Amino acid sequence: MAQKKSKQRKAVFALGNEAVVEGALLAGCSFYAGYPITPSSEIMEVMAARLPRSEDGVFIQMEDEIASMGAIIGASLAGRKAMTATSGPGFSLMQENLGFACMTEVPLVVVNVMRGGPSTGLPTSPAQGDVQQARWGTHGDHPVIVLSASDVRECLEMTITAFNFAEKYRTPVILLLDEITAHTREKIELPEPGELEIVGRSYPTVPPEWYKPYEDTMRGVSPMPPIGSGYRHHVTGLTHDVLGFPTQRPDEVKAIMERLFRKIDQFYPDIMLVEEYMTEDADIGVVAYGSVARSAELAIDMAREQGYKAGLIKLKTLFPFPKPFVNRLAARCSRIVVPEMNMGQMSREVKRVAARTTSIRTVNRIDGQIITPTQICKAITQG
Amino acid sequence: MADITELIHDYLRHNKKFPHVFCAGCGHGIVLGALIRSIHALGLSKDEVCIVAGIGCSGRIAAYVDFNTVHTTHGRALTFATGIKMANPKLKVITIMGDGDAMSIGGNHLIHAARRNIGVTALVLNNNIYGMTGGQCSATTPQGATTQTTPFGQMEKAFDIVTLAAAAGANGVYRGSTFHVNMLDRLVATAIERPGFNLVEIITPCHTQYGRKNKYKSAVDMFKWIKKNCVPKEKFDALPEADRGEKMPIGTFVEKDHKGLEQLYGELQARLNRPGRPVAEPEQPSAQHAEESRNIMNKEPK
Repeated sequence: MAQKKSKQRKAVFALGNEAVVEGALLAGCSFYAGYPITPSSEIMEVMAARLPRSEDGVFIQMEDEIASMGAIIGASLAGRKAMTATSGPGFSLMQENLGFACMTEVPLVVVNVMRGGPSTGLPTSPAQGDVQQARWGTHGDHPVIVLSASDVRECLEMTITAFNFAEKYRTPVILLLDEITAHTREKIELPEPGELEIVGRSYPTVPPEWYKPYEDTMRGVSPMPPIGSGYRHHVTGLTHDVLGFPTQRPDEVKAIMERLFRKIDQFYPDIMLVEEYMTEDADIGVVAYGSVARSAELAIDMAREQGYKAGLIKLKTLFPFPKPFVNRLAARCSRIVVPEMNMGQMSREVKRVAARTTSIRTVNRIDGQIITPTQICKAITQG
Repeated sequence: MADITELIHDYLRHNKKFPHVFCAGCGHGIVLGALIRSIHALGLSKDEVCIVAGIGCSGRIAAYVDFNTVHTTHGRALTFATGIKMANPKLKVITIMGDGDAMSIGGNHLIHAARRNIGVTALVLNNNIYGMTGGQCSATTPQGATTQTTPFGQMEKAFDIVTLAAAAGANGVYRGSTFHVNMLDRLVATAIERPGFNLVEIITPCHTQYGRKNKYKSAVDMFKWIKKNCVPKEKFDALPEADRGEKMPIGTFVEKDHKGLEQLYGELQARLNRPGRPVAEPEQPSAQHAEESRNIMNKEPK
């Protein structure tokens, strides 16, 4: 999403959380339901002030995170672009309904601003402990898209990307921020409306009598009419046939489950987003995401000054895991360093992909403090 | 009779593979009938009705009727309904929940839906048991009753759904039974038509899971029990305390005229977006409201 310089563009001095709201509104989000939780509350507060001022925006504070998920699924079924935001404990509560959204293919965006855990943990300190929960938190085998952002500008961009993916692939998208990204205040320029690509969901083109809500298509994504538009159909969390009615027939179950995976699988190149920094000639690689990626970027510069050819892959898509990019880096590097604010949730993925090609060194921190550039630089230079 | 059967067929889905999941003698089919007759009587189009159901036997009703239907997660029907109603206030949103759904796992959502007075109709099908999972006790299983998980008798007290809903601030609270069908039709239609949050508790029998273990061997025994114990509220109120026993009142418990949340929100939005435009003053919570709630609490209908 490169943008041209323009003098008319409005600049704001915004928190990561506020940038998420800007991004969501630009993406066309018109429904927010949530429950307060540190460090994500600013998203909700700004939404509460902004949405009622727009023509059709709806804001509602629910009784808990379970209800927030229920409400945004309902709103999305009724045709809205909907989102919620939370942090670890709330994210755990959302898991059941998140599975419902995967099963019934409801587009929505969940922002999880990660804080120290488990349990109440460190409410005002950063962590990256929910990475695997984002991927595997809900029960049952399911595909899901997980994105992350490392600075305020990216908070805005990745929120828009999250909405675009959600609508394009009819799936819940999780945006993982950490407390540092969410609470950093930076100057960003707001894109003009129309400047960025905004994707909407596809609607049926057939008359209601012919409409099959879960029919397979070229993209694997079925058109989705809003409730009340005349296309009456059944939505259920039970495994269903193409008409949406519960089924246990193995052939029908297989077809729908495989399509759920295929609709994401076949668009990996579109979904897997990374940013590479000085990887062209690198022989020591770093794979990082979230606020740690900013430390890593500085660490690369520091290592280069000392004569080490280091390069960084910043993961913007965490799942589906950007395997081809990491593979390419592994083939070039004698060592890959994976710094993260957990005990190795993403390095596990890197090892799965690259352990046979290269050696992998992890840098972990779970004391509620950010990983510093010096720490990463040390891992690069001292092996 | 034939006309009514035909009417119900008009509203059933013909592309769904029947037979339905209900046992012979279950009361849920009667509720389905009452729902369809009420919607027909109100002249609502199929497209403007959205049925949101929870999990359990009652949740399956949604699959059979030809409206916009959502079969949600256990206990969460009201949260989905809240989202749908706020997203599109033109829809008539009706939730169908069982007693396990509404009172146990979804109890929190129920009281908050009532408190925020969202324009949703809640039908709570109370059969005093978890039927689909095999007959475990629920939050409305009477004290002393035997179930799969209370083999020595239920020790805990049961929730009184109407009292709870009234205390939580519901705009309309009703109780009907699957034996008194004409009254049920009327109550359901009223609850759908009125603004704000309206709840109808419907006493419905489950002889398969509840009756079998509690001396009501057949569906007929269960209906006889309902016939005997569900008495119109006026009659119940006139009964001396000592004669009330197992009896429970049916009829209208609360009818208030507060605006639904979606309506208040719409008015707020209009005010914010068009400055200077005269809009009615926001409704003040009346002293009457508190008084009504207190009366209900003190009365203890059961």
